Amino acid sequence: MHKEAAIREPLILGSPTYSDISNDVLHSIEHKPTKLWKVLMVIATIAALWGVGCILYLIGVGIGTWGLNNTVGWAWDITNFVWWVGIGHAGTLISAVLLLFRQKWRMAINRPAEAMTIFAVFMAGTFPMIHMGRIWMAYWVMPIPNQFGSLWVNFNSPLLWDVFAISTYLSVSLVFWYIGLIPDFGSIRDRATRPVQKLMYSLLSFGWTGNAKAWQRFEEVSLVLAGLATPLVFSVHSIVSMDFATSVIPGWHTTIFPPYFVAGAVFSGFAMVQTLMIIVRKAMRLEQYVTIKHIEYMNLVIIVTGSIVGVAYLTELFISAYSGVEYESYAFINRLSGPYWWSYAIMMTCNVVSPHLFWSKKLRTNLAFTFIMSIVVNIGMWFERFVIIVTSVHRDYLPSSWSMFYPTWVDIGVFIGTLGIFSVFYLLFLKYFPVLAFNEVKSILKSSGEQYKNMSDEEFKKLHPVFKKDIK
Amino acid sequence: MSDKTIYAIYDDDYVLLESAKHLVDKGIHIRDVFSPFPIHGIDPVIGLARTRIAMTAFIYGMIGISLALTGMWFMMIHDWPLNVGGKPNFSLLTNIPSFIPVTFEFGVLCAAHGMAITFMLRNWTLPGFKGRNPYPRTTDDRFVMEIHAADSDLSQEEIKSFINETCVLEIDEK
Repeated sequence: MHKEAAIREPLILGSPTYSDISNDVLHSIEHKPTKLWKVLMVIATIAALWGVGCILYLIGVGIGTWGLNNTVGWAWDITNFVWWVGIGHAGTLISAVLLLFRQKWRMAINRPAEAMTIFAVFMAGTFPMIHMGRIWMAYWVMPIPNQFGSLWVNFNSPLLWDVFAISTYLSVSLVFWYIGLIPDFGSIRDRATRPVQKLMYSLLSFGWTGNAKAWQRFEEVSLVLAGLATPLVFSVHSIVSMDFATSVIPGWHTTIFPPYFVAGAVFSGFAMVQTLMIIVRKAMRLEQYVTIKHIEYMNLVIIVTGSIVGVAYLTELFISAYSGVEYESYAFINRLSGPYWWSYAIMMTCNVVSPHLFWSKKLRTNLAFTFIMSIVVNIGMWFERFVIIVTSVHRDYLPSSWSMFYPTWVDIGVFIGTLGIFSVFYLLFLKYFPVLAFNEVKSILKSSGEQYKNMSDEEFKKLHPVFKKDIK
Repeated sequence: MSDKTIYAIYDDDYVLLESAKHLVDKGIHIRDVFSPFPIHGIDPVIGLARTRIAMTAFIYGMIGISLALTGMWFMMIHDWPLNVGGKPNFSLLTNIPSFIPVTFEFGVLCAAHGMAITFMLRNWTLPGFKGRNPYPRTTDDRFVMEIHAADSDLSQEEIKSFINETCVLEIDEK
């Protein structure tokens, strides 16, 4: 038996049996939706429809309906794109990096975090697509032969790398997530009583058998996918940052961008996981499996990545002054004291100061505080992207063309719409998919369950006798 | 009659693992084990060889990398060299730094998808297939050994009596 150090806190509270774990996690699938779910679904659907309407209006009228102007060519759209991609980083980090490090606490949160990742990357992908204006030409970013135009796509451009990075990230995350889901769908299939439900989950489970060889392959595939996904996570946001870093705009043209963006992405992603999980564990009564300890571990990741982000901000500020480049220094003086000083202040407070409150154990194990903090961090990270994008371009090399960016109702509508569409997807996931990887949770019951945790070998053997002659 | 399948049903992974060791010691061949989650340590006991699926991922990845490099060489260097900002594309070697991101992404894409498809084909689990686990509860909280009498020299009764020494929940024949 694999034993864990007694000093580690248990990851499964109480003394559930294997079938209790299935029952607890599958409760939402096997029962009618709750009132809370319905109310949230209605709100999310309204926001989503509003967003779809705004997008259709945008496509019909053109991107002139956004607040963009000649000087500020990228604003809320790319801010939202980077924000959503950033959020999409936690899921794969939890499932891949923590798998490689053999962290057992990932079992309870990898599934909902990966779902969040996939839906967030969907939302992120929307923005560059609609920013193209003529969305029906979107396939031109693919390397397709000359009959469609006179040229191939430019493989020297980070914008094209981004196409490959985001689409690879999305599809590999999807595959990773789905392979993990197959055994759980198999469980639901074997329990289902209603014919339609049985048919649906039977299709989704791909006829999973759960024999020893299948499990052996399953574990190997998970491990290799984790090994592939780990550098992928780092590459994606590095490439996103190169969209900015390879340009010659002061404030963008910095080599610190790739690591700084990756840390920021993990930071905001974990904050979003906290926002969702704190609600989900309570609403779906999963407190036994997603414990305070899980929340605390995630808060620790937030401290680490928040500190990296803080160091990056200060380094950037110092280097701009130290470089002696007039334009570079001005970009940062303008961020600090220009017309957008308030957004810089919000970014600094939310991202640099606030995570350090988590050094207090009392605060990082407090659910209400963590929830508020997770929202604060997400606001801060949105403003980080806004600061980087808008304040760097709104005052360019030519003072006569300096301007400001004012979002229009379409800008705001599209953003709210993506929040709505994301929520609709997430609520559907919560209702129809196994929210936790419950079969994997079962596998850590004996090493990390509260009931087994500090059991002596004698007690364990008494509870699980192997030979009939040993009983009595 | 000789090749009847015996299913030994357990309610715990640890008990099944220890029982499997006992039965294998007695010369019984365990053909397969069905469980709701992987039982760590069962593979050497029932004589499963290590899977080679990780190697396939490496091969698919290499195919992806070669395809990406060949493709970019063809498009950017050979077929239509672009000159952007006075920085022409002379050869694959001088241009390779800016081809690395796409090469990496495409390599990962091919490795991950190729391996996933191989995994499904090899397990014979594909959309629309029916589950082939002997009892529905093996995906919930039951752990089942599949033993064929013909695989060992022992008679069915002897096998059953050995299984009965362990804390088995139920022995079933099909």
